[in-house]
Amino acid sequence: MLVVLLLPGVLRPHAGGNAKLEVEVGEPATVGALLDVVAARYPLLERRLRDERRVLRRYVNVYVGGEECRQLNGADTALTEGAEVQVIPSVAGG
Amino acid sequence: MADERTIVAIGTRKGLWLATSEDNRARWQLTGPHNPMTAVYAVAVDPRRARPRLLVGTTSEHFGPTVVTSDDLGRTWREPDQPPLAFPEDTGAALGRVWQLTPGPACEPEVVYAGVEPSALFRSEDGGLTYELVRGLWEHEHRPDWGAGYGGQAIHTVLPHPTRPESITVAMSTGGVYRSEDRGASWHAANRGIQAGFLPERYPEFGQCVHKVARHPDRPERFFLQNHGGVYRSEDDAASWQSIAEGLPSDFGFTVVVHPHQPDTVYTFPLIADENRFAPEGRCRVYRSEDAGRSWQALQRGLPEAGFYSTVLRDAMCTDDAETAGLYFGSRSGEVYASRDEGQSWQVIAKHLPDVLCVRAATV
Repeated sequence: MLVVLLLPGVLRPHAGGNAKLEVEVGEPATVGALLDVVAARYPLLERRLRDERRVLRRYVNVYVGGEECRQLNGADTALTEGAEVQVIPSVAGG
Repeated sequence: MADERTIVAIGTRKGLWLATSEDNRARWQLTGPHNPMTAVYAVAVDPRRARPRLLVGTTSEHFGPTVVTSDDLGRTWREPDQPPLAFPEDTGAALGRVWQLTPGPACEPEVVYAGVEPSALFRSEDGGLTYELVRGLWEHEHRPDWGAGYGGQAIHTVLPHPTRPESITVAMSTGGVYRSEDRGASWHAANRGIQAGFLPERYPEFGQCVHKVARHPDRPERFFLQNHGGVYRSEDDAASWQSIAEGLPSDFGFTVVVHPHQPDTVYTFPLIADENRFAPEGRCRVYRSEDAGRSWQALQRGLPEAGFYSTVLRDAMCTDDAETAGLYFGSRSGEVYASRDEGQSWQVIAKHLPDVLCVRAATV
C-alpha cells in the first residue's frame, strides 16, 4: 500500500531534498516496514531515524494519525492506505 | 623557514571548525561550523595520502553518530551509503559515539582505527570510510566488568605501534590500558602500577579510569599516561607504570601530549583534583617536562593569568608536525590557544566557540 512520509527540513538533504516521500509498503504495513523500505532507498536518512538494531532513536518521534508511535505499538504500529507518517525531532540539546 | 600551511581541526559540542595558517602559524583564518549541531569528539588529519584526509566522528543528539571524511580540507564532506561504523547484529549493541579516530602505521596506509562507545575498537582498511569491529577485544572476558565514567564507557585512545602493525595499544574509561600483539586477535590488560582510587582494590588488574595515553614514534616502548588521579610513564612497553607526578601542581587532569620530535618532552594540563576540576589558582598553565617527567615547568606566556575556570579535555590538546613544533589546546569555554614555539608563548586563535572537545593539527 502507498503511505506518505513527511520529513522535517533538517532531514530533507538525506531524502533527495524531498519534504514528502510516497512509499510503497508491503503487507503487513507497519512503521517498521516503512522504515525498512526507506533504508533501501535513502540509507543515510534511515540511519538518522533508527540505530543499527533498528531501534528508533531516542529523540526522533514518528507520528501516525497524530499519535507518537511509541504510544501506539511502536515499530509494529499498523499503517493504512494513504496514511501520513510524520517525523518530528523532539526537544533536546542546548 | 619557508611558509607552510598548517591546519588545526577543532571539534566542539556543536560542530567542527578549521583554523588555517599560511604564514608559519602567525595569523589564522577560521571556517565553520562544519557538520553543525553535531558533537565532534574525534577528529584526525591523515597525512599518509596524496591529499590529506580529514576524518571526523560526529554525534547528533537527535540523529545519532557517524563518521564523515573530507579530501579537500573541509570544502566538501563524504558519508557512504552503508553505515561507516556499526555494531554487527549479533552483538546486540548500538554505536553511541566515536571517541577516537587514529590513522594506522605508515606501512598500512589504508588502515584507520576507531575507538567507540560502548567500549569497542573498530578497524578500517579503506582509509577510514568504513570500519569492522575488532572481535578479539569485544569478546574479552573482562568486558562485562568494564564500567562507565561520567563521560560514558568508551575506548578513547588508540595507539598503533609505528612500525609493527600487529601491536596495538588502547585505553578506555573505565577499564584501563589493553594491548594486543596479534593484530587485535587477543588482548591483555596492561595496568600494573596505575592506581584506581575509586575502587576498594588500589591496584587492580583492570578497571582504572585512564584519561589519556601518548607515545612517541621514535621510542614506541615508552608511554606517558594521564590517569584519573596519577601521571605515569612506562619504559617497558606498558608492562609496568611509574609515577611522574612529582613536580606537577596536581596529579589530576585529562590530557597528555608528546612532542613530535623529542621523545623526552611531554605536556599536560593539570586540574586541582577529581572533586575540584579547575586549573590551580585559576591560572591557565600548560606543564612541560623535557626529561620524560622527572621535572616540570609551567608554560604561561600569553595565557590567562587569573580567572581561568575552564578545563581542557582529554583530546583537546595536540601538537603539529612542523620542524619547530606547534602546540594547541582548546577549552570548554570555547577558546583555542596556539603556540608556535613549542609552548614558550601562546596566542588565541579562536574564541567564543562551543565547548572544545578535541583538536588535531598538521602541516598540509
